[in-house]
Amino acid sequence: MSQRSIETKLVQLGNLSDAKTGAINPPIYMSTAYQHTGIGESTGYDYTRTKNPTRTILEQGIAELENGDAGFACSSGMAAVQLVMSLFKPNDELIVPEDLYGGTYRLFKTFAENYNIKPVYNPFTNVEEVESLINENTKALFIETPTNPLMQEIDLVTYAELAEKHNILLIVDNTFYTPYFQRPLELGAHIVLHSATKYIGGHNDVLAGLVVAKGAELCEKLGYYHNGIGMVLSPMDSWLLIRGLKTLHLRLKQHDANAKKVAQYLADEPLVTDVLYTGKGGMLSFRVKDASMVNPFLKGIKLITFAESLGGVESFITYPATQTHADMPYEERVARGVCDRLLRFSVGIEEAEDLIADLTQVFDSLRGEFA
Amino acid sequence: MTNRIETALVHGAIREGYADKKGAVNVPMYLSSTFHQESIDEFGEYDYARSGNPTRAALEKAIAELEGGDRGFAFATGMAAVSACFMILSAGDHVVITEDVYGGTYRFVTKILPRYGITHTFVDFTDLEAVKAAVRPETKLIYMETPSNPTLGITDIRGVVEIAKQHGALTFLDNTFMTPLHQKPLELGVDVVIHSATKFLSGHSDIVAGLVVTKDEALGNEIYFVQNSFGSVLGVQDCYTLIQNMKTTAVRFNEESRVAMRIAQFLHAHPLVENVYYPGLPTHPGFEIHAAQATSAGAVLSFSLPNYDIAKAFVEAMKIPVFAVSLGGVESILSYPAKMSHAAMEPEERAKRGITDGLLRFSVGLENEDDLIEDFTQALEIASTIK
Repeated sequence: MSQRSIETKLVQLGNLSDAKTGAINPPIYMSTAYQHTGIGESTGYDYTRTKNPTRTILEQGIAELENGDAGFACSSGMAAVQLVMSLFKPNDELIVPEDLYGGTYRLFKTFAENYNIKPVYNPFTNVEEVESLINENTKALFIETPTNPLMQEIDLVTYAELAEKHNILLIVDNTFYTPYFQRPLELGAHIVLHSATKYIGGHNDVLAGLVVAKGAELCEKLGYYHNGIGMVLSPMDSWLLIRGLKTLHLRLKQHDANAKKVAQYLADEPLVTDVLYTGKGGMLSFRVKDASMVNPFLKGIKLITFAESLGGVESFITYPATQTHADMPYEERVARGVCDRLLRFSVGIEEAEDLIADLTQVFDSLRGEFA
Repeated sequence: MTNRIETALVHGAIREGYADKKGAVNVPMYLSSTFHQESIDEFGEYDYARSGNPTRAALEKAIAELEGGDRGFAFATGMAAVSACFMILSAGDHVVITEDVYGGTYRFVTKILPRYGITHTFVDFTDLEAVKAAVRPETKLIYMETPSNPTLGITDIRGVVEIAKQHGALTFLDNTFMTPLHQKPLELGVDVVIHSATKFLSGHSDIVAGLVVTKDEALGNEIYFVQNSFGSVLGVQDCYTLIQNMKTTAVRFNEESRVAMRIAQFLHAHPLVENVYYPGLPTHPGFEIHAAQATSAGAVLSFSLPNYDIAKAFVEAMKIPVFAVSLGGVESILSYPAKMSHAAMEPEERAKRGITDGLLRFSVGLENEDDLIEDFTQALEIASTIK
């Protein structure tokens, strides 16, 4: 049989994993400890922090989906970032895009202050400029693509070549595209991470992070820190992610189709000055004409929810200035393009016409005052 | 080696099959509705989750072992368990049933069973002669609940079993108030034991569940047929919660019972309290019979205050217990049977059973016992001022 397509891999995740019962869905092992039949005789499972049968199915599944060698399920997206950051030592430097998720920015700041592991920020619009920042302390490029919330795509092949040339790691946060739209390890990245709370979970119900790596040495190190630090995902939440993954492709197709329609609608709306959309996936951002429109706009939406987070079946609009990027100083935030007129839209899988109708009613209500 | 019941509660569902569950100490939760089959000719142990689920099977095996039976069944609620058991009867059959039965069972027997042509006679089960007199040629079942709800009436289990055996009738017993820790009906000759596992077995006021245990293979098959045909099975996550919670049933129940005795004695000595219904008090009419068939007086007691207004003032003054239906939780629960557990019963029927407007039921929780006594003291003092 030929290599299975990603859709089939997603749907079949965990099936036929329990030979004894034939259970279609893998069982949830809420067991912290595992009996040994004798000294040195383990089933492969000893203590749930180290390894749990339900979590293993998820970890092997995401490793296969991302085409990596090992996966690590973490208790949140930030826990996944922390796991990756455990690879670095004082004086190490990472080159990071300026347009970065606020939580990651905050954690990097802590790592810089406490451990002298330094993020070096760059717009990532010019590869020579990025290359010029590489020195003997540089250990990795840590990028998000598309970026959050400005939706800029960073060319992975270009930066994979740069990493290869300087023998440094390329680490990619693949939260926005997921392995359905983008598989960075196939393009030369070494580590992929996810806030699985977003599209992978997909139902705004589970908080989780995933890390996938390629190469035995790197996987072994990550496994050591994953167990040693203990930021592992619970069996129940692991199971919920497995269930979420089974519909990832269907959801993303609909998120993508809806986002294209919404992006077109917003581009035609006079009260909107910019629409930031890559043309792929369910995330887009837009700027309204005036910052004073933002509050009445958010109060006026009826179907779409004003909430932080993204990637769920329900549509969310987020105000980065006070939500995701609240921890970034004002000047720095505005300099990076996260101005007070910017809104981020996680387009859900409702009927697109209903989403557009909701946007229309709120823009119509604002037209008198702001047109 | 046969383990004592406290050990069986902790280990019951999990002692075996380590190899099948990767050595896991706990039973895994199989949220799988269907199961892959290896062959067209021969199906495995599990095919569809209504018919059988590995997590539910562990729970069913555990309760069977605890009750000394050979087959257990887990249902969506206590009433699902009760009604499934009654459904092994047929049109034309007759049931003799204790008159102070739980209100939900009363509703089922009086409102639903007649639709299937199954008749019933309510009897005061503290009077064995009355039970014997109610049995007819078509009587197929004698249904007991002891201690009963809410006046903690005691049925002589051995006596009723003897009457049933003479007439070739089955006996069912609702063992919710005692749990298998302190009363083993199958050992006394009862055919089917039923639990609202929502109560002491789960014990955290978190899930609703029912359990049934049989010892006879044919009877077990009949109940399984109903369980699988009607499908009122317990969900997998609730099975898992129940398995985990049953591990502390012994420590919870024994502590709650110890404190219940103290509260019963306190209420018995209180001038405002007219009657205390607790089978641990020597003044209880069923004291001796209960002591001969059970090893604890339990953690539920009822008591009557002079009238509705005094009961109302008392309930409003109590600070610690939740005022709610149900019982057997870690939280003390104060109930008003006339409007709660027995609301489904007509007023005249309630009066016959001693469920007066001043009757209150108390399920003792795991709070500090001195705090509970102090709470009773202050609330009774306030209630005493009501004319």
